Amino acid sequence: MRNIQKYIVLSLLLGTFAMTYAQQTPAPKQTEPFSIVGATAHIGNGEIIENAIIYIEDGKIKSIKPASGVNEVFQYKVIDAKGKHVYPGFIATNTTLGLIEVGAVRASNDDDEIGAFNPHIRSLIAYNAESKVVESMRPNGVLMAQTRPQGGDISGTSSVVQLDAWNWEDAAYKADDGVFLNWPNSMRRGRWWLGEEPGFKPNKDYQEDIDKVKSFFKNASAFSKAKDATDKNLPFAAMEGVFNGTQRLYIQANAEREILDAIAFAKAMNISKPVLVGGYQAYKVVEKLKAANMPVIVQRVQDLPAMDDHDYDLPYRLPKLLADAGVMVALGYDGEYWQARNLPFYAGQVTQFGMSDEDALKMITSNAAKILGIDKTTGTLEVGKDATLFISEGNALDMRGNKISKAYIQGRDISLETHQTELWKRYSEKYARD
Amino acid sequence: MLFKQLSFIGLLLCSLTFYAQDYFPKNDGVQSKNNNYTVFKNATIHTSPTETIKKGTLVVRDGKVVSVGKNVNAPANAIVIDLDGKSIYPSFIDIYSDFGIEKPKRPSGGGRTAQYEGSREGYYWNDHIRAEQEALGSFKYDSKKAKEYVAAGFAVVNTHLHDGIARGTGMLVALNTEGDDASRILDASSGNHFSFDKSVTSRQSYPGSIMGKTALLRQVYHDADWYGKGNVPTKDLTLEAVNKNKDMVQIFEGSGLYDALRIDKIGDEFGVNYLIVGGGDEYKRIDEVKALNRTFILPLKFPDAYDMENPYNASYVSLEDMRGWNQAPTNPKVLTDNNVNFALTTFSHKSPKDFKDHLMKAIKYGLSKEKALSALTTIPAQLIGQSDKVGSLKDGAWANFMITSGDIFDKDTDVYEHWVQGNKTVLKDMSIKNIDGKYNVTVAGKTYELTVENSMEKKPKATLKKGEDKVPSEFSYSDGWMNLTFADGDKQFTRLVSNVSDGLSGKAILPSGAEQSFAASRTGDAKEDKEDDDKDKEEKEITVMPMTYPNIAFGFKEKPKQEDMLFKNVTLWTNEAEGIIENTDVLVKDGKISAIGSNLKAGRATVIDGTGKHLTAGIIDEHSHIAAFSINEGGQNSSAEVRMADAVDPDDIDIYRNLAGGVTAIQLLHGSANPIGGQSAVMKLKWGSSIDDMVLEDKKFIKFALGENVKQSNWESYSRFPQTRMGVQQLFVDYFQRAKEYEDKKKSGQPYRVDEELETIVDILNQERAISCHSYVQSEINMLMKVAESFNFRVNTFTHILEGYKVADKMKEHGVGASTFSDWWAYKYEVNDAIPYNAAIMHKEGVTVAINSDDGEMSRRLNQEAAKSVKYGDVSEEDAWKFVTLNPAKLLHMDDKVGSVKVGKDADLVLWTDNPLSIKARAEKTIIEGTVYFDMERDAQMREEIEQEKNKLTTMMLAEKNKGLKVTEPKKKDKQHLHCDTLETIH
Repeated sequence: MRNIQKYIVLSLLLGTFAMTYAQQTPAPKQTEPFSIVGATAHIGNGEIIENAIIYIEDGKIKSIKPASGVNEVFQYKVIDAKGKHVYPGFIATNTTLGLIEVGAVRASNDDDEIGAFNPHIRSLIAYNAESKVVESMRPNGVLMAQTRPQGGDISGTSSVVQLDAWNWEDAAYKADDGVFLNWPNSMRRGRWWLGEEPGFKPNKDYQEDIDKVKSFFKNASAFSKAKDATDKNLPFAAMEGVFNGTQRLYIQANAEREILDAIAFAKAMNISKPVLVGGYQAYKVVEKLKAANMPVIVQRVQDLPAMDDHDYDLPYRLPKLLADAGVMVALGYDGEYWQARNLPFYAGQVTQFGMSDEDALKMITSNAAKILGIDKTTGTLEVGKDATLFISEGNALDMRGNKISKAYIQGRDISLETHQTELWKRYSEKYARD
Repeated sequence: MLFKQLSFIGLLLCSLTFYAQDYFPKNDGVQSKNNNYTVFKNATIHTSPTETIKKGTLVVRDGKVVSVGKNVNAPANAIVIDLDGKSIYPSFIDIYSDFGIEKPKRPSGGGRTAQYEGSREGYYWNDHIRAEQEALGSFKYDSKKAKEYVAAGFAVVNTHLHDGIARGTGMLVALNTEGDDASRILDASSGNHFSFDKSVTSRQSYPGSIMGKTALLRQVYHDADWYGKGNVPTKDLTLEAVNKNKDMVQIFEGSGLYDALRIDKIGDEFGVNYLIVGGGDEYKRIDEVKALNRTFILPLKFPDAYDMENPYNASYVSLEDMRGWNQAPTNPKVLTDNNVNFALTTFSHKSPKDFKDHLMKAIKYGLSKEKALSALTTIPAQLIGQSDKVGSLKDGAWANFMITSGDIFDKDTDVYEHWVQGNKTVLKDMSIKNIDGKYNVTVAGKTYELTVENSMEKKPKATLKKGEDKVPSEFSYSDGWMNLTFADGDKQFTRLVSNVSDGLSGKAILPSGAEQSFAASRTGDAKEDKEDDDKDKEEKEITVMPMTYPNIAFGFKEKPKQEDMLFKNVTLWTNEAEGIIENTDVLVKDGKISAIGSNLKAGRATVIDGTGKHLTAGIIDEHSHIAAFSINEGGQNSSAEVRMADAVDPDDIDIYRNLAGGVTAIQLLHGSANPIGGQSAVMKLKWGSSIDDMVLEDKKFIKFALGENVKQSNWESYSRFPQTRMGVQQLFVDYFQRAKEYEDKKKSGQPYRVDEELETIVDILNQERAISCHSYVQSEINMLMKVAESFNFRVNTFTHILEGYKVADKMKEHGVGASTFSDWWAYKYEVNDAIPYNAAIMHKEGVTVAINSDDGEMSRRLNQEAAKSVKYGDVSEEDAWKFVTLNPAKLLHMDDKVGSVKVGKDADLVLWTDNPLSIKARAEKTIIEGTVYFDMERDAQMREEIEQEKNKLTTMMLAEKNKGLKVTEPKKKDKQHLHCDTLETIH
């Protein structure tokens, strides 16, 4: 009897535990076709279809068109979304999602490997598909993400994941999409431990630092040409895709001079798909960026200016400055990993300066997909592409409108519950009892 | 030229070493007393900065001035020196120096774990209070340094041991290179010293912040008083020294303007008239400095220009730093113009010899020569109470003076000799004749043109020409003899030699060996006059950029003024029963909201069309760490005695950026490094105003903190109590209990030791100071409420309060408010259960909820953070808006004045381009008490002006480099953005 009681208590405990601590179960494959009817469809390429009918089958968008006006007859399930908005799933670039669970708990951090040149370090390996942080992205419309290692000169190789998966293999949307290079800085903080004065001063080793990067690239390039590599060099080998154009090279640089040096470097090294990441002063060199066909994943939009003298709204406006000049822009998130769910609001922030909602949307959907090289299958609400999309009550780029009732990843009807919504419900219920 | 190359320094022992009535035995010869006088006659004698005697006589004996005047008779037993055409100046005094004091050493070794206890016995509990130190104890005359001082014009220095916050007494030393300490030491305890720098000899962690240092000093004064009244049974040699030395001159070293303001406050509180060692940036807020009515000791180290050649590097230099280079040299002039008294010091220079250039620069930038001289002579003498002995030449004063070729502050003037206590140092031999000039030299029937330059220098230069052709020649000039060898034709050497006493004529030895005399007649100056004129003219044209309020980018050219305004046709968010009113007018008069309604008459008010725009109360950030020099005093587990008002940085650009985000008031909170933090500064963000005008003194709050930070869980520190939440609770109980006992004692009428820390906690118990407590998990939230209840008071606010939703009912019952993040979580273990629905749940349960930032970036878009409550938990827009306006006003006890738009309340308003909760909304105007502190149009104009001014200054700096002047490499301000857990500010 006592044992039975024990088991009951235990199972209750487990139940509670399961309820508050387990992650949402990934949704099963789409088995039945369905249509979303009556919503304003934000295509993601700058266009809108009012009162749209979106037909989804086998995880793909089979058709998308305005309602004809005559009574449509639907063969399959219909989701009524009249007065609502449908968006392609937002794609967060330049994140560390799934690599850090609790920032201050070192044991839960897997984002930064030791060593300087780490292209062989792959984020996908440590990506925690069951992270509570990952699931918290989805109720805000962030359904896909690029996750990348941090640190070093070459941080490692990033991957694109979809955010509803059992494990990392399952999550991988584009494995090993590119390599992240941190461009050296021409200014450096005084190293007090070497007796240098504090404050940022010109880095006397800047050229030397660049030479080290160049040397690594040249060696890696030479290695890739070796016919029979008996002594396989893992870091060199991991660069092959960068040289043969199957992988991007993401170069992180912020100041004008560093960006110019990075552009010249990419050209000298024959990098076919370079992407600038950060780009705080990229607006000063737009012609060079365009000539080099180099898109930009801009730094966190909601950031402070780097200097007292800079316009208070420079980081807010930066994406528009670039887009207006004809540079392809996506919004990244290089801040706290858990904040990536605010990505839609970064796009919204840019609309303060006159960028249209639809253009702003591109920066977190189609542009992101193009830059990551996944635009053939995702990033817009177009026929043939993945049915990775969501239904929002209002403008999803505004906090008040971003209320999501349904979200699909490749047609799968995913849960919008999270650890946080469960706690919300649990405690709302507690107070309802009183 | 006072400070030209000093290569001629030679030391000649003079006969005037003094012998008073000896009481020392003498075993190395006979008593040989020298009672002769030395008489300097026919000199222009500047006996003081204001008095000059032409053709005067100075009589000196035994190192002292016997008499000085126009008609002074030389005694018979006198050595007479004729200084016809030359000048005599009193020697300089450096009132702030570490001359001869061995620098204390940092102890080696030591781990990373902080040291909380002091390490001395019989002294004050805090190692950084070292009032018992005496300069004499670590003094050793440094003759090398002394020579540098003497060469730079200084005869007397006031020196002390620069170590610690209270540093003890200094001493006044004459730099008599030939004397001994018996004659040199003029005063063995010449002043009592303080600073804001901790002792390097101790690792004791408290105080670790500027507000901790000021608080510690206040406590020291209380303790000295208590000790002095005989209330302490044990010995405290430090406090004894504090009491013993309080009648001396008190000198307090600051590092700049804001230290000066702090020093002044401590001085006011304890009735101490500190001499303040300034930072050279007093000009930036001269009105405030003037109002202090204090005397300064000014370092004269002006910043070098930056090397702007590389435009990329140059782009990192801020306008503030560029202006610093341009404006700092005006500091002495600005202080003079505003009647702020000051003495000058070489203190900030590595060597006194570097002082000269900076002094000349200050004069070039408007410092009067008379003021310069008095700031180096009579003023310091007076400040240290030695006017009768040093600083001027009068009967009985020390014979400390310089002999110059003319005006001591003229760049072409030579300083020949510097006499200190009657001992002579020769800086430039005045018997050497200046032979600079152009001469026609006739030798063996041929005429040459000889140009001599720099004849008074170590390496004189001469060129010889025949017609237009240069003739190869070798020239030397020393000990009064000129030698010139030249070759007119191949190996045809002619040698000229002349004792220049009678012009340059002398003997020539021809190539043949024949000797004959040659004649040289002077035809003019060596340099073309025109060139000199051009240079002078250029140097007179000095462009100084105008100051702004504050004096950095985006400062105002003029302090913005309060104005009457009428907003027409706005959508008004009242935060009152009227809710949101469309198409209404709001009249602002005398800084208050004067009327709300339709078709209001403007009168003299400026009309602002608000069509399509929204007008709201200003945003209030309950939890901010902007505008601060330091955030945490983590040196102890309680720092209730520290005041954030002591750490306010009114020049922080984040104030302006906050205004641009519609924020009008903040609570500058202490950090969360310890369970009992420090006293808040509730501020209105009046950009460009003084600290006193921004801080609302009657708003009394204190920061408490719970959880991981106070347990020091996330960094390697295991020695400070408490390390668990259990300990945190006991710490509070302990402090509240002690405070209660303290108050009982105070009320009983018995003598008691004033304890700044417990005084603060007593205020909490009496509900006169309100707690804003950093908190995360429900257990600790509940705990603090229970502790407070057991001491019969209430917690005012839980800030962060990320698990507040779990105990919202208990919070409601206790009556505490909540100030939370909208959606932060996951960054540490204790925020695992933080949910963005927190605000909504607490609000629904009846708790007063605010949304705060704790972050200089987020604070400038709190309107969006409020909007997140609409998304997470369906709060109505009207209520969500109160989360960042009316509710924080309530939590900060200021809702009687701000937080809503109501007739009679302060006109702290924001005009938005859109619904303020919209992602598209931008603040167009931000107004505090009827003064517009942010205006989008003015901002756009300022951006252009900043570019233009930077460009101008860049050009000026490039010119500086072109002229061959010293430039320094570009530097970017290393700004640290402060949060709750920021432990140290970067230097």
